[in-house]
Amino acid sequence: MKVGYFPGCSQTGTAKEYDISLRKVVEKLGTSFDEIKDWTCCGATSAHVTNHMLASALAMRNIMLAEQQGLDDIVAPCAACYNRLVVSQHETMTQPALKTEVEAVLDTKLNKEIKVMNLIELFQKIGKEKISENKTFDIKNIKAACYYGCLLVRPSSITHFDDAEQPSSMEELVELAGAKTVDWNYKVECCGAAHTLARRDIVLDLSKKIIDDARDHGANVLVVACPMCHSNLDMRQRAMKRAYPGHKEFPVLFLTELLGLALGMKEKELGIDKHTIEFNYKELAAEKAAV
Amino acid sequence: MSSHNHQHAHTIADDIAEKTFQDVSLCYQCGKCSAGCPVRYYMDIAPNKVVRLIQLGFYEEALKSETPWLCAGCQTCSTRCPQEFDLAKFMDAVRELALEKGVEIKHKDILKFHEAFLNQIKRFGRSYEIGLIAEYKMKTMHLMQDVDSGPDMFMKGLLEVIPHKMKDKKSVKDIFKKTAKK
Repeated sequence: MKVGYFPGCSQTGTAKEYDISLRKVVEKLGTSFDEIKDWTCCGATSAHVTNHMLASALAMRNIMLAEQQGLDDIVAPCAACYNRLVVSQHETMTQPALKTEVEAVLDTKLNKEIKVMNLIELFQKIGKEKISENKTFDIKNIKAACYYGCLLVRPSSITHFDDAEQPSSMEELVELAGAKTVDWNYKVECCGAAHTLARRDIVLDLSKKIIDDARDHGANVLVVACPMCHSNLDMRQRAMKRAYPGHKEFPVLFLTELLGLALGMKEKELGIDKHTIEFNYKELAAEKAAV
Repeated sequence: MSSHNHQHAHTIADDIAEKTFQDVSLCYQCGKCSAGCPVRYYMDIAPNKVVRLIQLGFYEEALKSETPWLCAGCQTCSTRCPQEFDLAKFMDAVRELALEKGVEIKHKDILKFHEAFLNQIKRFGRSYEIGLIAEYKMKTMHLMQDVDSGPDMFMKGLLEVIPHKMKDKKSVKDIFKKTAKK
């Protein structure tokens, strides 16, 4: 099976390990990617908060390229890119005036709607059962708090994906991989997202609440499906320790890294060694045995 | 669109309706959005009250508010609204109009971040983190911020020295040119 791939900018930089682990896991499950050629940034937060036409045109350039490449569906593993692509396509295709304007900017005609999938929808398409079938390594000592963040499940009126307040589709994948999941309160709370540079205080406050709630509910790992969430929750823990003395380090894995471990890949191979907060399954299991 | 008669001049509320495809009068002020907003306590005016200001025609007060700039765009409000009013989208439009009308933005750092981010996209077609951080620091003079995580990320190969350029940069420059505000 071949699926269209929109990596998004983080995948080529600060979240390189997300791209590495995603490609390895997908290949192991028998699927390959057809990357959108010469894709551009989706516009991200900065475009849609300052200029709605720019935001629509940047996102739709990628949809246009997907159409020209003959793709029917694409996966956008970054929850923020996913949200921008889904929303921009919906608005452009349902608002005739906007469509005319976007077509003029891109100098093209947009004919086809492309199915844009988030990371979880990708695994649902590949076949969830393939995860359990290909599992070779036992990760039963992982107790995961599955964190969807805000944009993976929103806006539900357009995405029609899972439950916007109490989603459970990620738990299903994590359990199929052999890990345990916990019930907790901050699954869809915001990490502060794009405020990471300009208002780090807000990001530290919101992200710490998420980590604390995960720990309080018995989790030993946070699992995410968004590079922005990962950077706020993992990389920002160093600043968090300074702002909140007593904060204890907590590992944050991409869903693809957790799946990769269950499929028999090693931490280094998956890029987990690039994280700010170290994670090693053997150490986690040993700690658990010692308690 | 608002139900204006032929004497009615084009208002900020009309601009918002055009940019967001929804009428601001949909909101009946239940306040559910503000109750669930994760950044409410950083804001000067509760999100539902910014809507109220627009409904009542206090446009300047709404456009000057810090609230839209602090909104993280998480869409919790839009997801929960009983009237299906997309408040996150409304906040986008208020920010955009504040810029269009030349209102003074109190949260200059947030605006400078967005400008620096978009400048990388305009130049390279994709985000370029070192360029973004450097430009943001120069614009804000927060030169020492994040010196703790930068070197570590660099060593781990997460910060690229050379930007990932896409080929057809002209098409991206054209998008910026054609959508630029007059």
